[in-house]
Amino acid sequence: MLTLMAIIIDGLVYASWVFVVALGLTLIFGVMKILNVAHGAFYSFGAYGAASLIGLYSQTGLPVAGGFAIIIFSAIGIGLVLGFALERVLLRPMYDHDEVVLVLVTYSAFLMMEDVLRLIWGSGAYFAYQPFVAVGFVEIGEMVISNYDLLLVGFAFSLGAAGWWLLTHSRFGHILTAVIHDREMATSFGVNVVKVFVITFVLGAILGALGGAVTAPKVSVTPGMGVEVIVLAFAVVAIGGMGSITGAMIGAVMVGLARAAAVHLFPEIELFVIYAVMAGVLAWRPEGLFTRVQARKI
Amino acid sequence: MTKDRTIAILMSVACLAVALGFVLPEWMLFLANIAIGKALVVLGLLLLWRCGVVPFGQALFFAGGGYAVGLLGLYFGLTDIFLLTVVAALVGGVLSALAGLLLARYRGIFFTMLSMAFSMILYGVLVKTEALGSTDGIGLKRVTLMGWKPDEHFELAMYIFAVLLGLISSAAMHVYLQSVPGRLAEPIRGNEVRVEYLGMSVRRLMHLNLIIAGVFAGLGGAVTAFSVGHIDPEMAYWTTSGGFVFITILAGTGSVLAPFVGALMFEVIRTLAFAYVPEYWQIILGGALLASIFFLPGGLWSLFTMLKERQSNDANH
Repeated sequence: MLTLMAIIIDGLVYASWVFVVALGLTLIFGVMKILNVAHGAFYSFGAYGAASLIGLYSQTGLPVAGGFAIIIFSAIGIGLVLGFALERVLLRPMYDHDEVVLVLVTYSAFLMMEDVLRLIWGSGAYFAYQPFVAVGFVEIGEMVISNYDLLLVGFAFSLGAAGWWLLTHSRFGHILTAVIHDREMATSFGVNVVKVFVITFVLGAILGALGGAVTAPKVSVTPGMGVEVIVLAFAVVAIGGMGSITGAMIGAVMVGLARAAAVHLFPEIELFVIYAVMAGVLAWRPEGLFTRVQARKI
Repeated sequence: MTKDRTIAILMSVACLAVALGFVLPEWMLFLANIAIGKALVVLGLLLLWRCGVVPFGQALFFAGGGYAVGLLGLYFGLTDIFLLTVVAALVGGVLSALAGLLLARYRGIFFTMLSMAFSMILYGVLVKTEALGSTDGIGLKRVTLMGWKPDEHFELAMYIFAVLLGLISSAAMHVYLQSVPGRLAEPIRGNEVRVEYLGMSVRRLMHLNLIIAGVFAGLGGAVTAFSVGHIDPEMAYWTTSGGFVFITILAGTGSVLAPFVGALMFEVIRTLAFAYVPEYWQIILGGALLASIFFLPGGLWSLFTMLKERQSNDANH
C-alpha cells in the first residue's frame, strides 16, 4: 500500500516535470512540424540561468519567495532570447526543407549551444536548493513529500490548463489551429504564418527553459543534463501524439507512473521501461494516442 | 553512358590505403580504424537516406555488433577475428530484422524517433545489467587471426583487416545499389505508391534495406570493438547515432566511397578539436554540420561530382 502510494506520488511528480518540458516540444512540432532537438539546450540554459541567479539572489539575504519569481522570469528571458535568435537565424531560411533536414539543423544548434553553455558557466556543478528547502516538507502517513514537488505538480497542471484554454478559447489559439490544419489555407485567409511561427517557437523555447528552471532547485545543475531530457521528452510527445497537449499530459503521466513503478519494484529496468512503453504505444497506434488521422496529400 | 569504374576505384583506394598502412604512425592507424568502423555504419545509413528515412538509433545495431564481440570473448573465450566478425554482422542483422518489423511501417519524423527509442531501450538494458558489464562496459582480449596473435603489429593488422572489410562492404553495397531493389531506394523516397504499382512491396523492401543497414552497423561495431579493445553502453546512446547521421550529411550519399571520406574527415576534425580546443569541439562539429546543410546539401561528395561535370563540360566545348 505504501509502495503504491509512493509510486503514484513519485510518478505524478516525475510526470509534471517531464510534461513542462514536453509541452514546448509538442507545441513547436504541432504548429511548425519541427522536431526541435535544441529543446534540450533550452532546458539546460533555463536550468543554468535559474541556478546561477538564485545563487546570487540568496547571497543578498532577501526573502526566499523571490527565488520563485526568478525561476519564472529567468526562463522567460532566456526563452525569448534563444528562441528568437534560433528561429531567426537558423530556422527561417529552412522552412521549405524536409522535416528531417530541420531535425538536423536543430541537432547542430543543440551541439553548439551545449558548448556555449560550458563556455559561459564552466563544467562545475551549480546548486540552487534554497527555494526547495524553504517550502519544507509535508508528512502524509509514513511518507515525507517535498512541498516543492507538490507545487510542481500544481504548476504543471495549471500550465497544461492554460495551454488548453489558449488553444481552444483565445483568438491566437484559433489562428494556431488554422495554421496546424492547413498552412496554405491559413495564409490565404490573411494569417501571417511567419509571425505565428515566431511566437510559437519563442513560446516553446520559454517552456523548455521553464522546464530547466523549475528543475534547477531539485538537482545539481551539470553539463549534459539536456542530452538526457531531450529523448525523454521525445518519448512523452510520441506517446501522446505529436502536437497534442492532452496527449503530452497523458504521455507524461504514463511515463511517470511506469518509471516510478519500475524504480520501486524492478529498479534494473528503470531506464528502458520508458522507451518500452513508447515502442509499445507506437506499435499499437503509430501516430501516438491523440493524433487525428490525416488525409494523405499527394 | 560511361562505364562504371566504381569497383576498380575502390580496389585501388584499398591497395593505396594498405600500402600507406606500413608507413603511417600507429595513432593514425588507430584513427583510421575508428573511422572505418563508423564508415561501415554510414554505408547502411546511405542506403536508408536514399529511401528517405534518417534513423537516430543506428547505434543500436552498432552496439549490438560490438557487444556480440565482447560477450563472445568474455563468456566463451572466442578471439578469432573472422568468426567474431560474422557473428557481429549476424547480430546486427537479426536485431534490425526485429526492429524492422515495426520500423518498416514508419517514415519521416516517426521513423527517426522510433529508431531512437529502440536504441535507448538497448542503452537502458546495457547500463543496468551487470552481466553485460553495466556502465563500465567490457574489456576485450586481443583478437587472433586463425590462431595467430599479431602482438607486435596489432594496430597494423587491425588496420589491414578494417580496410579489406571496408573494401568488401562498399563493393557489396555498390552492387546492391545497382540491383533492382537497390535502385528502387530513391523511388521509395519520391513516391511510394508508384513503387507499389511496379509490383514491389514497399514495406518488404524497407525491411530488407533496414536489415542490410543493420548488418553493416554490426560490422562497424565489430571493427570498432577490435581496435578500441573496450566496449561500453555509450555505443548505444543516441548521440552516437547522431554522429553517424552527421557523417552521412557531411559525406553525402552520392557514392559508396563517400562514407569513408566523410568518416575520416569527421575523425580528423574530432581528434584535432579534442587536442587543441576541447571546449569548442561541439561548436566546430555543429558548425560544420550546419555549413554542410546550408551550403553543400549534397555533402562533400557533391564537390567531386561538380568538378567532374565541369571537366566534361570543358571537354565538350
